[in-house]
Amino acid sequence: MPAAAAASPLRSLAYAVPVVIILLMLPYVVTPYQTILMSYGLIMAIAALGFNLLLGYTGLLSFGHSAYFGLGAYVVAFMVKYLHITSMELFLIGGLIATLLVTAVFGIICVRYTRIFFAILTMALSQVVWSLAFKFFWVTGGTDGLRIPTPTILNGLLTVPKNKIAFLSNTYYYYVLIVFIIFVALMWVIVHSPFGQALQAIRDNETRAAFLGVRVRRARWIAFMISGGFTGVAGILWAPLNGLTTPDILYWPFSGEIVFLTVLGGFGTFAGPIVGAVAFNYLKTYAVGLTVYWQLLLGSVLIVLVLALPTGIMGTLGRLTMTIKGEEGK
Amino acid sequence: MALWPIHMLNSLLYASTLFLIAGGLSLIYGVMRIVNLAHGSLYALGAYVTAWTIGQVAGGAPPAVLYALLPVGAIVVGLIGAMIEPTLLRPLYQRAEEYQLLVTFGVLLILEDVMRLVWGPYPISASQPWEFLGGSTFFGSRYPNYNLLVIVLGFIVAVLLWAFVYRTKFGVILRATSQNMRMASALGVNVKRVYVQAFALGCFMAGLGGALIVPIQSAVLGMGVDALIIAFVVVVIGGLGSLEGALIGALIVGFVRTLGITLFPEIELAVLYIIAAAVLLIRPTGLFGRA
Repeated sequence: MPAAAAASPLRSLAYAVPVVIILLMLPYVVTPYQTILMSYGLIMAIAALGFNLLLGYTGLLSFGHSAYFGLGAYVVAFMVKYLHITSMELFLIGGLIATLLVTAVFGIICVRYTRIFFAILTMALSQVVWSLAFKFFWVTGGTDGLRIPTPTILNGLLTVPKNKIAFLSNTYYYYVLIVFIIFVALMWVIVHSPFGQALQAIRDNETRAAFLGVRVRRARWIAFMISGGFTGVAGILWAPLNGLTTPDILYWPFSGEIVFLTVLGGFGTFAGPIVGAVAFNYLKTYAVGLTVYWQLLLGSVLIVLVLALPTGIMGTLGRLTMTIKGEEGK
Repeated sequence: MALWPIHMLNSLLYASTLFLIAGGLSLIYGVMRIVNLAHGSLYALGAYVTAWTIGQVAGGAPPAVLYALLPVGAIVVGLIGAMIEPTLLRPLYQRAEEYQLLVTFGVLLILEDVMRLVWGPYPISASQPWEFLGGSTFFGSRYPNYNLLVIVLGFIVAVLLWAFVYRTKFGVILRATSQNMRMASALGVNVKRVYVQAFALGCFMAGLGGALIVPIQSAVLGMGVDALIIAFVVVVIGGLGSLEGALIGALIVGFVRTLGITLFPEIELAVLYIIAAAVLLIRPTGLFGRA
């Protein structure tokens, strides 16, 4: 299931513009709670988009993306606690540099292997990060985590409402939305660039790609860094929104969640991870609100999904439109 | 360091349970090429079922009955394994391995909540079998006899399993299927049945690990998720799919962890994962794995 290779920029914009307009109007239409919920969804979408560069486009299943998400969030917390920085832009720069440094090292190690060994290596390395955050409690706050206060935006250029809810549901929502749009556009450019095509060639046939002159391991390594960087940015944005970062976001089931929501949306398409992240966010929030046994519900959804709808929401929608179009053509 | 014999025994105890969990994980991978993410939760389920049977259902029964009831958790988990394989895993053998990983992750989520649903959020213990046996003195330090029993049982299971895989007809069929599933099938082996049996046996071992450990430490929520990741370290060190590897891996992890907790407690877990990553880098098939 290759991602729509022939997608022209104009056609993609035709889908994207109405979605962006809806997202821009959201704070005026729905309650602050709903807006904040959407912020979480958009943030997870950035993480999933990065994750899917590896799974959907390069054919590598990472089970350790919690490490890069958590790293982004913890770097923000460290910058607050030890450097007394509150600027959101500095968080983004600092967090991204730290995430890229770590992914560069982890990447060199992980891209030597593929398939199940890659999955286990990424998982083992993410667990190293988790255990450090868990054990060095005098630095990281241990299981209590670290608090992140309201950040300043654009060096105080934008006045930040004193009310935390007002800030999160309005100023910060738009901030997240803008970063989200920038990173979606960036990912779109990446996967449609010659580099993105090379990754898909590697996924489909590694040997053939190598014979065509693609430096397979180097391409995988760069994809790994981009993927981790995206997920790190998601963690950075998540930290002030959540206000608290704990080792839970570094533990391996969180990596499973990232895999889950990507498969939910459909990893064969560009928009799949975005749709999956937003849908999963609603699903999880309502399942948690509905019952203490939300994991039971999510686990059942996952199993049904894998057994009955392996192409996810977007893949299934795509197939339905194809069927309808095919019938119209007759 | 007058405590070193106790440390040695503790690491053997830890290795013994780890072998039961990781051995099952490795057996399933070796025969079916499935990484069972729900394996830790099956271990936890074995602990819960045994704790509930011994501690609450048969609480006042004489000691002999309690010891006889210990394996109940393992049997229940083995039966559940025999149900999971044909219903959830069999439809996926033709598909990419990512899907098998995801289905077992789904089973993990379900099992974690089923345990919360049935037994509630509080730990449940069943320490009578541990208390009845008392303790012995080693080099001036007391050590519980039940812990010694678990160490011995772990090694007995290892020997039995070895004999089972290398000395019985079923073992031959198992190894043949593991090496080449299609060829075995062409030679008349009922691969479907072998898969059910292998998966159930692997689950049984995880359940046994839980059942034996629960008189020493209570069954708590989350113990499965923690156990799985350590079991991964064991099979990665020993080699995915290798039983000898699981035994050696369990001993290595047991000793490193016991040493780590006393000597470098902050990084004991990190050291384990780093060892696993290093082994993967140097020998991706593990110390005993096949290519």
